Amino acid sequence: MPLRVCSFSFSRPSSPSSTVISIDSDTKMRPILMKGHERPLTFLRYNRDGDLLFSCAKDHTPTLWYADNGERLGTYRGHNGAVWCCDVSRDSSRLITGSADQTAKLWDVQSGQELFTFKFGSPTRSVDFAVGDHLAVITTDPFMERTSAIHVKRIAEDPQDQVADSVLVLQSPEGRKRINRAVWGPLNQTIVSGGEDAVIRIWDSETGKLLKESDGEVGHKKPITSLCKAADDSHFITGSLDKTAKLWDMRTLTLIKTYSTVVPVNAVTMSPLLNHVVLGGGQDASAVTTTDHRAGKFEAKFYDKILQEEIGGVKGHFGPINALAFNPDGRSFSSGGEDGYVRLHHLDSDYFNIKI
Amino acid sequence: MVAAVDIDGRAAQLGINWSEINLDSIQLPPGDDFGIASDDEAVYHDDQSEFDTGFGNIIVVDHLPDVLREKYEKLEGVVKKIYNQLGVIRENGLWMPVGPDTKTLGYCFIEFNTAQEAQNAKEKTHGYKLDKSHIFDVNKFDDFDRLMNVKEEWEPPQARPYSPAENYQKWLTDEKARDQLVIRHGADTEVYWNDPRQKKPEPVHKRPYWTESYVQWSPLGTYLVTLHKQGAAVWGGADTFTRLMRYQHSMVKLVDFSPGEKYLVTYHSQEPSNPRDASKVEIKVFDVRTGRMMRDFKGSADEFSIGGPGGVAGASWPVFRWAGGNDDKYFAKLSKNTISVYETETFSLIDKKSIKVDNVVDICWSPTDSILSLFVPEQGGGNQPAKVALIQIPSKVELRQKNLFSVSDCKMYWQSSGEYLAVKVDRYTKTKKSIYSGFELFRIKERDIPIEVLELDNKNDKIIAFAWEPKGHRFAVIHGDQPRPDVSFYTMKTAQNTGRVSKLATLKAKQANALFWSPTGKYIILAGLKGFNGQLEFFNVDELETMATAEHFMATEIEWDPTGRYVATAVTSVHEMENGFTIWSFNGNLLYRTLKDHFFQLAWRPRPPSFLTAEKEEEIAKDLKKYSKKYEAEDQDVSLLLSEQDREKRKALKEEWEKWVMQWKSLHEEEKLARQNLRDGEVSDVEEDEYEAKEVEFEDVIDVTEEIVQESM
Repeated sequence: MPLRVCSFSFSRPSSPSSTVISIDSDTKMRPILMKGHERPLTFLRYNRDGDLLFSCAKDHTPTLWYADNGERLGTYRGHNGAVWCCDVSRDSSRLITGSADQTAKLWDVQSGQELFTFKFGSPTRSVDFAVGDHLAVITTDPFMERTSAIHVKRIAEDPQDQVADSVLVLQSPEGRKRINRAVWGPLNQTIVSGGEDAVIRIWDSETGKLLKESDGEVGHKKPITSLCKAADDSHFITGSLDKTAKLWDMRTLTLIKTYSTVVPVNAVTMSPLLNHVVLGGGQDASAVTTTDHRAGKFEAKFYDKILQEEIGGVKGHFGPINALAFNPDGRSFSSGGEDGYVRLHHLDSDYFNIKI
Repeated sequence: MVAAVDIDGRAAQLGINWSEINLDSIQLPPGDDFGIASDDEAVYHDDQSEFDTGFGNIIVVDHLPDVLREKYEKLEGVVKKIYNQLGVIRENGLWMPVGPDTKTLGYCFIEFNTAQEAQNAKEKTHGYKLDKSHIFDVNKFDDFDRLMNVKEEWEPPQARPYSPAENYQKWLTDEKARDQLVIRHGADTEVYWNDPRQKKPEPVHKRPYWTESYVQWSPLGTYLVTLHKQGAAVWGGADTFTRLMRYQHSMVKLVDFSPGEKYLVTYHSQEPSNPRDASKVEIKVFDVRTGRMMRDFKGSADEFSIGGPGGVAGASWPVFRWAGGNDDKYFAKLSKNTISVYETETFSLIDKKSIKVDNVVDICWSPTDSILSLFVPEQGGGNQPAKVALIQIPSKVELRQKNLFSVSDCKMYWQSSGEYLAVKVDRYTKTKKSIYSGFELFRIKERDIPIEVLELDNKNDKIIAFAWEPKGHRFAVIHGDQPRPDVSFYTMKTAQNTGRVSKLATLKAKQANALFWSPTGKYIILAGLKGFNGQLEFFNVDELETMATAEHFMATEIEWDPTGRYVATAVTSVHEMENGFTIWSFNGNLLYRTLKDHFFQLAWRPRPPSFLTAEKEEEIAKDLKKYSKKYEAEDQDVSLLLSEQDREKRKALKEEWEKWVMQWKSLHEEEKLARQNLRDGEVSDVEEDEYEAKEVEFEDVIDVTEEIVQESM
């Protein structure tokens, strides 16, 4: 497996902060460059124990890595299109993937065996297991005459008993606009979705009723690209092309925080350990014409979750960042770029000593 | 005019809270003024009423021959032939009235497609000789009404009551001695105080759609000029920006002030309807304070530019160059083979004639005196040498001239106090294959104006940039080859040697392609714009040391504030990303940055020259410690206040967040059982609680030193 190591530093933003402690920029954290995909990365997911990392890319094979040293464990062959999203069950036995080949597949994590295929008439964009792993929410894109939809599937204990029928299908009021992400709310009672229409919606997962919509005043102004929820399902963060990320209460859909940056946000994640959020993005891949990689700001930016201030950044990708994930232990995170690399960063003491 | 008291009274009657109303937000339906004449429009009605009739495209041609019916068509043919060359006549647009005796009445109406064509036709054919006894008299139809309405008796204009003007210089009396800057971004134009203590700009005035193209400060900072379809306007005043005067010039494109801000020059060019013609240029000179038009110049672009076909590019701006100093006495225009110098008392040419100089291509005023430098390139294939000359105005005496051989191009640089003139001369090598550069340095203030020739150490070096130290005797040159040229500093006088130029230092291999001296001299920024992505080096020329190096990525603009204390660097909308500006201290400390999408322009408000004498300034510089104490104390207070505010803000944010977390925790606890059920009875919350309680501890080895301890015997 090709594995390259190169140095990078956790650099402070150049804007002056009122109380600054200097970080010795010579202390290098060494990221692990994982080159297992031939196309841009789309999604990254750690298992609950934080020892495995699943990566999805526009090539057709989701890949499994050791989250510690970046060694490749294996791939999941069977999809026939870009893989947009994945989720892993709590006990790390099942993997669900959603792909542009208009299917979502269930896999046995350990053997790599394909267990079941959900067929849809349009590409599947996002997948998410519910608490207890008996339900999964799958979103599909608008395609031909089909509008974007949110499907709830029951996941059987034994793959033999698995059925294709949806328990519930939700239609977005803005059907021609893609839903980019849908996740389960607390206790599986709600489903939270966000997408191209820039509106966040909370649905009742029993009745399918639309419960809440984000306010156009305070909400995002451009398509929502990513959504990441806190470990305890209490709040979640959304990233948008309007160059902001916003933190919301998951039960009331109250806007709590807004983080502004200078580039469109493609990926967001939150540290489970410290009060930090990470924003990744960069100009549109089609707009990258400059030769200088600094021009695009392909940087994972760290913000203080409470003060909303930028506290640092991690450079390295030479294309926009499409995916970000924090290890559940909060001591490492990985980023996936348009450049086809996964960069695995073990955070060093500089990071943990940041004070603002 | 309704008195302010009346307005307040009426508002109270109607129950309107005057302070809550934003007058700018009120928009009347177009064309309806509710019976209230706007004072804005009054100004325009004076000059513009004739435009409203809609007959602007019709002209009346008088003194045609009176012909009988049979010759009617022939005459019509002749007239059509003349006017079809000048514009498109509308269908049935030619109307020649016929009298009762079937004879034509000797005049006709012609309707063109556009008013411009009509104007053009009027100008071109007024006085056209059809034959000896028929000389055309052409008028615009619109003019008739106006001319008929002129009263027979002259009425003396009414004197307006005197109202004292505001203190236009009030911004100079700012307690914190801050400077203002104007920025344009999106549709907004904003004026700010630069407040480096607060680490942010403080808004002064903001207005959407303030200008239709750009804004410009007057040279002494009194006025801000905005450009509109109807003309230009200047803004200023004591506390906020109010419109002080308007200058009517439709479709004005460019403006320029005289150095003492007495006059405003406006420029408009019209693309020709026929692409072979040169574009038309109209230039007006206004008195800034009264708004009176002092003179206007019209003509084709060729008359206002030299060399090359004038064509689409129009004239090079500014067309009129103002003589140095603040008395605004002379301005000059360069055109083919002539230099026209006007004086502002009568707005006519000095001695009623231009100065003839064959093939002159460039002129340049001394910034302080009425001395004009000019450059004439080689002629006759090198038989006649190129020439740089200095001419005294108004006497037109040639003070000094120098002939130069095998010259390809010259560029003239005046030092800001008019003491020196540097002429960069590009010469051909003997083979004429390559070009090398040198400088001719004129010492204007010395007897006979001695000239010195300066060549760089390596005379094949290409010269990338040149800049005089403002008010000083030094200059900087960037020379050599990209990507890492050298920067050299020279001085016109050293302690030992007052009459010779000598080199101070050369800095090797710098990433720089532009020079920005501080307006007070001594400090310079070596900037690498464009290809160098915005590299900045802050350099102290007195000590010849680098104070700081920094980068404003992709910076397109650099501008020192008028006092030389701060520098603004900006990324304008030529780049898509990270538009906005950054303020630095003179020694390269980043103070604050402001991001604005679609950022177009940044300009510091200039300050008038100081009233202090040079000696007095020097004295202050010597006792600087005494003066600065007071300001240091102020700085301290501000920063304390700031950190206090900051702390409080943070505390509030933290508390708010804690509240959320507490709420989430209790809800999480409540739902524990339900969650357990969902997970088939697995007790699963342990792990999550573990995260929250975790304390992070680290040990860092800061330093390890080994010391040999000598044991005492």
